Amino acid sequence: MDILRIATAGSVDDGKSTLIGRLLYETNSITGDKIEALEAASKRKGLNFLDLSLLTDGLIAEREQGITIDVAHIYFSTPKRKYIIADTPGHFEYTRNMVTGASNTSVSIILIDARNGVVEQTKRHFYISSMLRVKNIIVAVNKMDLVNYSQERFEEIKNDFSKLAEQVSFQGQTVEFIPISSLYGENLVKKSEETPWYEGNSLLETLEDLDNQVNPISHLPARFPVQVVVRPKTEEFHDYRGYAGKIASGSFVVGDLIEALPSGQISKIQTIEKFGKNLEIAHARESVVITLENDIDVSRGNMIVKVGQQPEAKRELEAKVCWLDSHPLKVGKTYLLQHGINRVKAKVISINSMIDIKNMTLDSELSHEGGIKLNEIGWISIKTASPIYADKYNENPTNGAFILIDEMSNSTVGVGFVE
Amino acid sequence: MSNFLNNSEIVNSSSDVNGIFPRELEDEAIYILREVASQFEKPAILFSGGKDSITVVRLAEKAFYPGKIPFKLLHVDTGHNFPETIEYRDWLVNKLGLELHVRYVEDSIKQGKVKEETGKYASRNAAQTVTLLDAIEEFKFDACIGGARRDEEKARAKERIFSVRDDFGQWDAKKQRPELFDMLNGKIEIGENVRVFPISNWTELDVWNYIKEEKLRIPSIYFTHDRMVFDRDGLIWADSEFINKSEDEVPYSTKVRFRTVGDMTCTAAVASEADNLDDVISEILSAKISERGARIDDKRSEAAMEKRKQAGYF
Repeated sequence: MDILRIATAGSVDDGKSTLIGRLLYETNSITGDKIEALEAASKRKGLNFLDLSLLTDGLIAEREQGITIDVAHIYFSTPKRKYIIADTPGHFEYTRNMVTGASNTSVSIILIDARNGVVEQTKRHFYISSMLRVKNIIVAVNKMDLVNYSQERFEEIKNDFSKLAEQVSFQGQTVEFIPISSLYGENLVKKSEETPWYEGNSLLETLEDLDNQVNPISHLPARFPVQVVVRPKTEEFHDYRGYAGKIASGSFVVGDLIEALPSGQISKIQTIEKFGKNLEIAHARESVVITLENDIDVSRGNMIVKVGQQPEAKRELEAKVCWLDSHPLKVGKTYLLQHGINRVKAKVISINSMIDIKNMTLDSELSHEGGIKLNEIGWISIKTASPIYADKYNENPTNGAFILIDEMSNSTVGVGFVE
Repeated sequence: MSNFLNNSEIVNSSSDVNGIFPRELEDEAIYILREVASQFEKPAILFSGGKDSITVVRLAEKAFYPGKIPFKLLHVDTGHNFPETIEYRDWLVNKLGLELHVRYVEDSIKQGKVKEETGKYASRNAAQTVTLLDAIEEFKFDACIGGARRDEEKARAKERIFSVRDDFGQWDAKKQRPELFDMLNGKIEIGENVRVFPISNWTELDVWNYIKEEKLRIPSIYFTHDRMVFDRDGLIWADSEFINKSEDEVPYSTKVRFRTVGDMTCTAAVASEADNLDDVISEILSAKISERGARIDDKRSEAAMEKRKQAGYF
């Protein structure tokens, strides 16, 4: 069974939590006791309907204030696939959470309130989803019940959004529009009778039909970051030396000629193993152990790549950086840069320009005095203490992103996308 | 809201959900465990003998094969365990040649560090946290791997894979590190520790399907058996010397099994005839109450879990 990972985003009161609550409800993913708890909680709030948003707002502060604070993960499944929703809040630390939520997903559901149409938040959602190369965008035009299920209104919003798409979308990205009412469940699971003019599928049908090619990244250059060197030193496996890791991109086949980085030594793949079982081939996202024909210098944090597909060794890189911390990124400051599993010291050389998310443009005039602040995105140059083997994010996302760690607080303070 | 009653036909109660565990979840969990082994010096698995921690041990076995599991096991024993779970625990430790440490809530109570609860609902569930934090300090564990899942409970839905705790083991939802892509940041100061949840993205059903496909042995109490029970608050409680019953709570024998295994004071049974994994799985698919609905510890208040996590619970 495959897994479809979805990010949802919307402004305050777009009805996002209600939408998710309804998907859970209609796929029988919530049980009777939870519905009872929901009924009781809804009554306490003085509501005469089930407040499905109470299902996802998990923290005390969220329920008290009726808002979502942090990214929540929600699960449901159909006979066809398992769904994981990263639900991101609409206002608090908005960009930070949206980037976090979207970093692991292949679908973004962007909610628009039919009464308000495309607003600044919509642009941000879309821009960030596209910057992260989220392949499928579903624009759910919600609260259609409040505009009398007007086709005209729907088309208007669709047009406005399509204009954005001309600016923001990348090749291979799909954008679909669905008129919905999450409160009444219209076009969520089944096609609604309220929108006879709408020819597309319901939201769930759309999700079920999405092409979720298990491994589109299998065709990319092969990258294998080594997490652990397995050396059992037992009688049975006396000279065994295996390299354990998860394939970041591409595929490896037994017999492949490989290079270990940074040593640059060449060898051949002898076996690819999963818990003692030998595989002929392994693809991106699979956790395996690789053994080589001869002993070469490979340790944790090194990368095994296929000969002929080697990435460039970079000591200085340019990257878009989204800032996640209340202390801004400062030029001249040293951070720990974690690329995949490999950590190196890195120093920010310059901030070259800032991204104006409102207009979705790179703006070198935009002020970055005082550094890149929380929820801002900037273009920087950064220098590392030893080379890293990153690809450009747009060409190979799983090998093209990094995080920045503050050495004082140990916190993850930024995320970078290699240009 | 009449359409609330109108449950759709696209439901997960269809039988062909069975036997198709998404292997991507296993790859992800193994990746996480390998990061734990590399990023920490003294990691341990918190082992309760329940199905989730059994799954974690299996994943660790696979992650480092043909090497040995590089984690110690820590069991915080409330003294109110099901004997079947203890028996299972010792069997598994022996089979895999693991090193097990057991620390007792009883000792924390004797040392006056925590007070034994009294009354009808007395349980040592909350007291466990004290013993756990002491054990972490005693062994200097810097990472504790647990089998908690985000689908279990609302506060857990907000939990990270690497959940950083302060010197007092406390969880602060607002101070959690963002986790981007699959990059895990386990950098901490001395005294701090990280709780690690490799099966965060699994659901109850995923765990059962995995146990089935991996042909894992599990404690017998997960299957139907005759047991002395009594009814309280609409739940079936296992009768034991650890529970204070009132006079009208009269034990009787019936066929039950457990869906989740905490200790005897906080885990309710379900009436069941399921004696094999297929039947257990179809029961879960058609269940009317959630997994944690049978956890008496969660019933205390709407935010019971969040409050316990803030205090250092896993």
